[in-house]
This record gives sequence, C-alpha cells and structure tokens, in this order.
Amino acid sequence: MSDSKLKEATRQYAIRLGDDALVLGHRLSEWCSNGPFLEEDLALTNVALDFIGRARMFYSYAAELAADGSTEDTYAYTRDCREFSNLLIHELPRGDFAFSMARQYLVDVYNLAYMEALRTSADGTLAAIADKAVKESRYHLRRSHDWMLRLGDGTDESRQRLQRAVDELWGYTPELFASDALEQGLADAGIGVDAATLRAAWEQAVSATLAEATLQQPAGDWEVSGGRRGLHTESLGHMLSELQFMQRAYPGLQW
Amino acid sequence: MTANSRIPLLPAEEYERRRRRANSALPSLWELLDAVKDPEIPAVSLWELGVLQDIALEEDVVIVTITPTYSGCPAMTVMAEDILQALAEAGYPGSRIVNRLSPAWSTSWMSDDAREKLRAYGIAPPGETDNTPVHCPRCGSGRVRNVSQFGSTACKALYQCGDCAELFDYFKPI
Ligand SMILES: [Zn+2]
Repeated sequence: MSDSKLKEATRQYAIRLGDDALVLGHRLSEWCSNGPFLEEDLALTNVALDFIGRARMFYSYAAELAADGSTEDTYAYTRDCREFSNLLIHELPRGDFAFSMARQYLVDVYNLAYMEALRTSADGTLAAIADKAVKESRYHLRRSHDWMLRLGDGTDESRQRLQRAVDELWGYTPELFASDALEQGLADAGIGVDAATLRAAWEQAVSATLAEATLQQPAGDWEVSGGRRGLHTESLGHMLSELQFMQRAYPGLQW
Repeated sequence: MTANSRIPLLPAEEYERRRRRANSALPSLWELLDAVKDPEIPAVSLWELGVLQDIALEEDVVIVTITPTYSGCPAMTVMAEDILQALAEAGYPGSRIVNRLSPAWSTSWMSDDAREKLRAYGIAPPGETDNTPVHCPRCGSGRVRNVSQFGSTACKALYQCGDCAELFDYFKPI
C-alpha cells in the first residue's frame, strides 16, 4: 500500500474501533440509574465511560488523520446507520442484566486480547490507545467473568436467563474474528490486528468459563455479520436516534 | 505499613518526568500548578497524581502537557480547565493543553508522599500490583472485603473494613 492509501486505511480502521467502543459504551450507559443495585449501577456506568473515552481517542485520531476540519463529534453525531461500522454484537439492545453481562464477558475476553495485540502496532497512536485500553479491559473482564459465574452458578432463574443470553449472543461472535481486505492490509503492514489469530484462545477461555458457570455452549449453527460493511440490525437506528438527538434537532449545536 | 515496605524503584517514565521538572527553566510555573488539585481527590495535586507531564513556553504561550488517567475520566476536562484558569490568573492567558497518551498513565508513578496523602484523606492508596493486599485507611486492618470493582469513579474500587466497618475507596493499581 502507498503511504496515502495506508493513511486512509488507518483512518477507517480507527473509525471502526471507535464505532465499536461508542456503540457498546452507549448500551452500557443505558444502565445508568437502572442498575440492579447502587454499586452495580456505578460499575456499569464507569465501564461505559471507559468505552466512550476509548471511542473519543479513536475518533480524534481519525479526525487528525483526515485533517479536513472534522472532529470526534463529526464521527459520533453526524453519520447515519450505514456509515457506522461497529461489529453487530455491540449494538444489540441491552436486554436484561444477564444479557448485558454475557455480552460484556464475551467482548471483554476479545477486547483484552485484541488490545494486547494492538499495543505492538507500528502506528504509535493506535499503540498508545491500546496500551491504555489493556489496563482498563483487565478490570472489565475480571468483573464480567465474576458475574458469569455468579449468575450461571446461581439460582435457576439467573442460570436460565444467562443461558438464554449466551444462546442469543452466540451467532454474533464469529464476526469478531472475521476481517476484510482493509484489515488484512493493515495487519500485513504491522498496523492492525488480524483478529482471526485471536480466535482459538478466545474459544478456549470462553468454553472454560461456560463450563465453570454450568452453562451449555451453544451449537454455533447460525451466524450473523455485516457490521463492518454498514449492514446493521434494526436496533442501531433506534439507538442513534437517541444518541444523536441533539445534533439532529440542532445541527452544529455547541455546549 | 505498606508505604515503608515498597521497594524504592522508579519506573523509567516517572524518572524522566521528575527530571523534566528538576531541569525545567520554568520552576515558578511548576510551583504555580502545584496548587491545581485533582477535582475528585483534592488531597493530591495533578503533579502528585502523575497527570502533569511537562510545561513549556513557546513565545508567550504556556503549553502544558498532561496525560489522561482513565480513557473516559470525566475529570480530565475539569483538570485542563483548572490548569488554564490558574495560568490565566497568574498572567498567562491563552495557554494551551496538550494531551499525551503515551506512556500510559500508571499509579506506580505516585510518590510515597502522595500515597500517604491519599490514606490520610480516607482513600486506600494503590498497591504495587493487582494482588497487593488492601488495608483499611482508617484503622490499618487487612481484614477487608471488596464490595465492588468500581467505586465512586473508574479509578477506584469499593471496599469495606471487617474491623472498623469503614466503607472506603481503594485506588486501583493500573
Ligand atoms: Zn478499618
């Protein structure tokens, strides 16, 4: 890839990672004041803040690479569904507490490994963002892992709900490890992560946790993908209408 | 106490940070910013917290480099505003803040002195690692229980002391 092509690919890659973080961060933030108890409410919103902060760093970097006057807000607030490139698992509605924790666990295992790999990126800014993210993801994972065990090995009701959540989420996990030409190119250039290389370790860790939590591993006989190409579930549009409400009603509004 | 048993090894980036201050041509500005505290933990300054990284003067513009604690820490905006305000009041309007991500902020940069201030303020200071035993900042007891991985802010966890029943924040090592 030529330098300018590589730069544009890096910009799009930063937007992808920013989209993943923003969309998940928003879903987590929906728990604010709705948590099952105060400590959990605080924990969920703090994790939400970590992801929103992560999104800001990725978007700011994309804006810097674009050098066209855009800012982090341009990416967060002025793009519609088809321009969002997050992996689908992040946009699914928060569901009940078991669903939110199951999703969090599945993506925390993924995120920690992904950010550890991105730490060695040839791109200094991506590596620096990943370096911060790794430290935070360790705490996220510790918590979501605890909840998997507590709910899975808890009451009949909590176990049932968690099993249902894992079943509903499972078909969205293969997309975590897919990649397209853009990501392959960046991986070859030592800038991006080849997510396929993370799959075996992820499956091993998740299987072990499911077993420990007395849950059944789903058969894996269906899968959905399309997020990176802008093909989303019906949920993203509704989410964006809320997330972007102010900028849609008052374009260019500044606080 | 844990503070005295810490091995006095400085991380390289913290050594560099202290050298930047010691060798700075602008000692009065560093002292000026010592008055700017963490808005959420007013017991420690931004310097003691490790957020304040560098101060430079270009033409008449003061450029302050800071590093964020947590990615989403909402206090970072307030910290930047407080720095700019302190500088403006001291006759340096139009100063600038530069955010630097690397090296990633670490609680290992905190001096023993700063840790002691946290303890006196009622916050258990960060341990060396995730597994360092936590002690109650009020009575010193090691019989403590983790109530939540996240306390009032992302950088802290919530604990309760089994001896004096104090509910306290623990500054998580990161
Ligand atoms: Zn105590």
